[in-house]
Amino acid sequence: MKFLSQLISGISLGSIYALIALGYTMVYGIAKMLNFAHGDVIMVGAFVVYTACVKGGMNPALGVLIAIAFCTVLGVVIERLAYKPLRQAASLAVLITAIGVSYFLQNMALLIFGSDTKQFSSVVSLKPITLAGGSLTISGEIVTTIIVSVVIMIALTLFVNKTKPGKAMRAVSEDKGAAQLMGINVNGMISLTFAIGSALAAIAGALMCSTYPALSPYAGAMPGIKAFVAAVFGGIGSIPGAMVGGVLLGVIENLSKGYISSQLSDAIVFGVLIIVLLVKPTGIMGKKINEKV
Amino acid sequence: MAMLEVRDLNVFFGVIQAIKNISFDVDKGEVVALIGANGAGKTTTLHTITGLLKPASGSITLDGKDITKVPAHKIVSMGMAHVPEGRRVFAALSVYDNLKLGAYTRKNKKEIEESLAKVFASFPRLEERRNQVAGTLSGGEQQMLAMGRALMSNPRIILMDEPSMGLSPLYVDEIFSIIQKIKDEGTTVLLVEQNANKALSIADRAYVLETGRISMEGKASDLLNDEGVRKAYLGA
Repeated sequence: MKFLSQLISGISLGSIYALIALGYTMVYGIAKMLNFAHGDVIMVGAFVVYTACVKGGMNPALGVLIAIAFCTVLGVVIERLAYKPLRQAASLAVLITAIGVSYFLQNMALLIFGSDTKQFSSVVSLKPITLAGGSLTISGEIVTTIIVSVVIMIALTLFVNKTKPGKAMRAVSEDKGAAQLMGINVNGMISLTFAIGSALAAIAGALMCSTYPALSPYAGAMPGIKAFVAAVFGGIGSIPGAMVGGVLLGVIENLSKGYISSQLSDAIVFGVLIIVLLVKPTGIMGKKINEKV
Repeated sequence: MAMLEVRDLNVFFGVIQAIKNISFDVDKGEVVALIGANGAGKTTTLHTITGLLKPASGSITLDGKDITKVPAHKIVSMGMAHVPEGRRVFAALSVYDNLKLGAYTRKNKKEIEESLAKVFASFPRLEERRNQVAGTLSGGEQQMLAMGRALMSNPRIILMDEPSMGLSPLYVDEIFSIIQKIKDEGTTVLLVEQNANKALSIADRAYVLETGRISMEGKASDLLNDEGVRKAYLGA
């Protein structure tokens, strides 16, 4: 039972990584940049929920909706102000800017909320589920996280593969020039991608802090890095890759914590990444497109 | 007034001037060929016309409307399609999705279906492969897809950049017979080609581009018989 319980909470943690990794991988796919401020958007989302629900006493569902709206706007504004002017710049300049935005968000949160860790109260009201005659209990947070993540992943997959804006997004990520010739507004598509990624980050923030209720201005940094690892692990740029990479990473991390050592779990996670990249440099689902000439 | 008018166009890549003060016209219903050696500025000219590159100076008008500063994604809905060099089909998307993206700016579903039927009639092979991922098509099929995709916007003028590049002689003939068909249906064509022989046989008029300048212009049949052109571009 211990294994099953570790596995399920690993899948839940991994689902959160997957939601964050989707933002990384979609932005990378379309703008060819690593948005290292993405992790901090999770933290901002969690703080919005905290302010609305814990401080303001608002209904948790409403608080999460406000956080989604806030982060969506934040993501689009960050892209417009910080990244769009650098569209033609060297990728290193964009990367450094992203790190700058990351510090900016952390320090804004420090300024507003202070450095002490806040006690987050769960947005989930679902009761724990007891299975196998009482020997396996799964918290409502874990159940909710897994269900919400699965629904989002299915919706996102359908959006990207079946809808007109989804296909346009894939066209832009493949060839911006040719996409423009089709009449696709590339800047609009990049904004849309940032909006979707940031909305997912807000949801991830609310779910993460519901399961792990300590909230500080640095709360997004480590999950952000782990989600980035998950995206690379799955194959950066690949949406199913981010999902698989995220869930696998969460499971590996939790099983390492449960069976090997909780101090070493991060080392094991990053070790697995190194091995995967040595064996398959494009990640699990990443593909190298061989172009015909 | 010509349908497409290019006036005193200058385009730079950094400090290097790729296009030096060129002017030319394309009249409605014409096929105009732009021929020249590698690096003469043919592709740059097309990219500047459809807004993928910005000129340093000069003007481009389509049906009398200045489009010099119109962003690239707004050009296609003005009736000008561009089949880029190297085909540039969306490799991860299906043939059908590629074609539908060609009609991205069009709203009328019925008209889009009509265009699709027309494209499939011109390129039966695309219909056979409609659910296949574009990246798995052969070079010739990808060229057909790129042309079909451009036709899906129902353009009045279509710019084609090296449609015969890298294709087997059989496909080259097929591509040129389709260009002839596009012309016969009344669509204007600006054709960039290295295969000057083929291009001049199909074109009404032609311009010869040499290191960013227009060195010669005239009726295609005259250029085809011109000694200098024959020596430089026709290998005779």
